[in-house]
Amino acid sequence: MNILDILLQQSPALIVATPLLGAFLTPLIGKLGYNVRNIFIIIILAVTAFLVFLLASDVFSGNIHTYVFGGTTSTVLSNTVIRILFEVDGLSIFMAIITVILSLAAVIYSWAFMREETGQDKYYTLLLLMTTGMFGMVLTGDLFNFFVFLEITSIASCALIAFWTHKAKAVEAAFNYMVISTIGALFVLLSIAFLYGKYDALNIAKLASRITPVSFSFIDKLSLILLLAALTMKAGIAPMHMWLPDAYGRAPASISIILVGATQASLYGVFRICFTLYGNVIQIPEVSLGWIMVILGLITMLIGVFMAMIQIDFKKLIAYGALAELGYMFLGVGTGLTILSNPQLSLASNSFALQAMKGGIFHIINDALDVGLLFLVAGAVYYATKESSLNNLGGIARNMKYTTVFFLIGLLAVSGIPPMNGFASKLLIYESVYQLNPILAIIAILASIMLLAIMVKVFYSAFLGPKIDRFQDIREAPKSMLIAMGILASLIIFFGLFPDLIVNTLVEPAVKAITHPTSYILWLTGGV
Amino acid sequence: MIANIPFLAVMAMIIIGLATVVFKRNLIKMVIGVSIIESGVNLFLITLGYREHSVAPIYTASPGGIMSYPVPQALTLTSIVIGVAVLALMLSLVIYIYRHYKTLDIRKLGGGEE
Repeated sequence: MNILDILLQQSPALIVATPLLGAFLTPLIGKLGYNVRNIFIIIILAVTAFLVFLLASDVFSGNIHTYVFGGTTSTVLSNTVIRILFEVDGLSIFMAIITVILSLAAVIYSWAFMREETGQDKYYTLLLLMTTGMFGMVLTGDLFNFFVFLEITSIASCALIAFWTHKAKAVEAAFNYMVISTIGALFVLLSIAFLYGKYDALNIAKLASRITPVSFSFIDKLSLILLLAALTMKAGIAPMHMWLPDAYGRAPASISIILVGATQASLYGVFRICFTLYGNVIQIPEVSLGWIMVILGLITMLIGVFMAMIQIDFKKLIAYGALAELGYMFLGVGTGLTILSNPQLSLASNSFALQAMKGGIFHIINDALDVGLLFLVAGAVYYATKESSLNNLGGIARNMKYTTVFFLIGLLAVSGIPPMNGFASKLLIYESVYQLNPILAIIAILASIMLLAIMVKVFYSAFLGPKIDRFQDIREAPKSMLIAMGILASLIIFFGLFPDLIVNTLVEPAVKAITHPTSYILWLTGGV
Repeated sequence: MIANIPFLAVMAMIIIGLATVVFKRNLIKMVIGVSIIESGVNLFLITLGYREHSVAPIYTASPGGIMSYPVPQALTLTSIVIGVAVLALMLSLVIYIYRHYKTLDIRKLGGGEE
């Protein structure tokens, strides 16, 4: 057995353990100097990235990867096995890839962006903890474990949102998010307790195999609603989106980009619960929430673009843009769920449902890259000018050439203009949603056009326009920030030029994972 | 009936906690509200594992008889630890908010420059 096989076997545990170990070593390594610590953190994340891609290569070849913490046989106490399982399928590894890309970009960006700040050891510790939590959320196969990682993510991210404690608004946004996410997480725990009390299991696959149309009752309905309400709240879907623009807008730019990943990890939770946990009962009318998801997606989209229109704060405007983008994912996946849960329509005869899901899932990674890039650009502008209000900015393209180009790439990508990745996934969504109901596609396209208009306005008011004396001698963003933006920009263009390649290698297994929940459920019980 | 009292208490605690968070205007009271919800959920978990006339699930020197179920207790312990971290972080944020605005009244927050 060579070393790669051993690593592959242990990789689900190592992906979570490596950043966790790194987080607690950071304050020690920090004593050795600024550069040593930053290189150490980049190495930690690079090792994690290597493990993620190693695991991905195995998962994409069709396996579901499980890792057992604890007992492999029943105990004397009862006939249940006491253990925590990590179960990795196409969707989990897809989310893990997003997490690792975003956190690497954020850490490279922080090198220069946070150079002047105090308390950097704590900053990096929390950043790695947040990454750990996100990996845990997407890789775990245990519902209670999911809750624990959810809380780790939200505690670390709240502390990071309030990192600039001298800004009253940042602390306020963090408190706001903390109250909302804690209450959300407690309701997740409550519904886990409901399910545990009824089915005596915490493992997602085992629970899913026990939730059958025969056993379905009020308790299952209640916990489904509580889980979905809490997780959509944490994912920032309207009507519970109010914390999101504040949190995204007030956090340091390098944190905003990881927060995008954190909200998407909650979105992963929504999909996992709808498609896998309730996979056996998906055709019961009370569970088929496809239309609700579609409508919530549309509302989110519209609130996002309308509110973005009136913002004058650069980062808050992008945060509302990010909200609009979340709506597209919900729209795409919701359309798929509507078809999947309708007994009259089979998935085979409705290839557009599959296409909608592909679009929705593909849009998750595209949104992470596009919105992430825009946040980094906003951070770079703030770094250079110390100004975040669009009313005072202007003419900075003269001094910040590369940043301007990156903003242009992000602008085109986020509003779905052809050579960029946003176009590929949005086209998939438009085409397929049109067949469910044309009005949906029209609203989606309208929102996209408005987003383009808003972003062009920002481009004009911040980057173009006459010279402003204050910004006479601002300088281009430092190299590390340019590298981080460059990585995201090149990925955007690459995804945009070869969408087929990405859809076939990354998105297809993820879609397969949620449309065929039985493989996830039966992997554990061995086909019973 | 008597066996259902803990569940009623759970419901009451969650509702009281939610009402506190929604209607109280003092930040500290909001934190207390979150804490009450958390205690309610913990109580629910503990009640799930309890059986009437049961003893603690410790094998060595057990007096015999039925034992209460240990898994919910493990879950509760984890949840309490998380709760402490959340509480500490929330209170430290309240301290910072107080330093900025010199008030804990939620209506007087906001506004002002960045």
